[in-house]
Amino acid sequence: MILTEEQQGMLNGEQGEAVSYSMRIQTGLGRVFGAKRMVPITRAHVALSSQDADLWFVEKLLGLGGKCKIPPTVNPSVDLCYLNRHLAEIPDEGKQIVSATNAAYRKIGAILTFNCTPYLQQNVPAFGEVISFSESSATPYVNSVIGARSNRESSQSALCAAITGLVPEYGFLLEENRKAEILVEVRTPLEGDFDYQLLGWCYPLKYPGPEVPAFVGIEERPTPEGFMNFGAQLNTSGSVGMYHIVGITPEAPDIEIAFGGKKPKMKVEITRSDLDDVRKKICGEPGKIDFAMFGCPHLSIRQVEDIARVTEGKKFAVDVWILTSSLTKELAGRMGYLDVINRAGGHIICDT
Amino acid sequence: MSSKMTFKCTSIYPGTASAPALVSDEAVCFYLVKPDTGVVIEKGHMLEGKSMEGKVLVAHSGKGSSVVQMDGLFKIDRKGKGPRGVVLRNPDPVFVTALLVMEIPSVFDVEESFFDSVKDGQQIVLDSESGVVTLIEN
Repeated sequence: MILTEEQQGMLNGEQGEAVSYSMRIQTGLGRVFGAKRMVPITRAHVALSSQDADLWFVEKLLGLGGKCKIPPTVNPSVDLCYLNRHLAEIPDEGKQIVSATNAAYRKIGAILTFNCTPYLQQNVPAFGEVISFSESSATPYVNSVIGARSNRESSQSALCAAITGLVPEYGFLLEENRKAEILVEVRTPLEGDFDYQLLGWCYPLKYPGPEVPAFVGIEERPTPEGFMNFGAQLNTSGSVGMYHIVGITPEAPDIEIAFGGKKPKMKVEITRSDLDDVRKKICGEPGKIDFAMFGCPHLSIRQVEDIARVTEGKKFAVDVWILTSSLTKELAGRMGYLDVINRAGGHIICDT
Repeated sequence: MSSKMTFKCTSIYPGTASAPALVSDEAVCFYLVKPDTGVVIEKGHMLEGKSMEGKVLVAHSGKGSSVVQMDGLFKIDRKGKGPRGVVLRNPDPVFVTALLVMEIPSVFDVEESFFDSVKDGQQIVLDSESGVVTLIEN
């Protein structure tokens, strides 16, 4: 990898120990993936998790004098106050690690959004923007739906990128790696956001590789929530960090362009019966439940509205937790959804 | 009499390790390993019930979210129950970052014939800086 004079200086410690340490990790990563250079980023999102390794790493960077050049947004923490008041006494150990993690991220210069859908609100990139986003549902969304460029980052590599303002240039940052290799024919109409959940689950079962797939046969543009479900499932049940929907997503106006003029390496077909099989597999047998939780990734206002609509005038039989961002909870209050859900005995919990 | 086979490779994190191999032809998730013992607890995984402690882990690939892989490796490493070295067949950014951050001697880009030769429990000498993995046959 060839570094500029300034970047070499960063690696050598001219901008402090935290920058030098982060550069060592990032150039190491770049070397493994054949990056030829480091390039600037304009946005970052770090998958904060309040786990032991998360706190250890951010405190290590702080100890080295770390400060983010690109203030990253962060994933959910825990709304200690709400949970403690309404749901359960939180053990001291849990309180301590959450508070310490929040404090460390604030000190290092992160924006404490505590939201796992930064691509829908608070950190929305533009087409072609080079960014470092580390959240399983975010990588496919920013690459595929928006056409921004991010690799599948771990929370540590994204935090390093926020510190240095750079990323090694490899993978999805390069035009040639954004082209489709697998052609997926969807042979059933998709109705509603849940079908995208099923499709996202189904594809990696048919083809488990990380190559970029291009889906054909989807006529109508999915909603943002449909896209969100789709990408989250593709990247967690499989390891797809980018996909195309031909005729819909920005880098796939037609098959020719989606594949960069090359022939598909493989064809995969998905039918309604494939989706039905996935549904049976993930939904289990109907029966009594003990608890219901929604919001991984965080629910949008439209999804909160869906729940409020079916809840109106009813009482929940079990505990119901709805996880969302602080902005969406605020909006749910204004729209009256929060009252409806609270009256039914449910909770909307933000930042968690 | 012991014989040696050597294979070229490329460094992920520099260092050396000499230990018995723990071979996984399946993707590895460090979060599904018990931190106190280093034993894999993932149901149905080919390593289920085996410990990573003091081994050179030969991993097909990694899996798990951007967060859990690192946290899992951190926990077993802090308890001294982690692998001494890692040979990674198919690197992904999340696995590689975890190795770099935890400073575990590790390599990738190993000659393909290595994976046909290596057997579970066989002594491996990993020398990341020299770019060589050696299999010792008894």
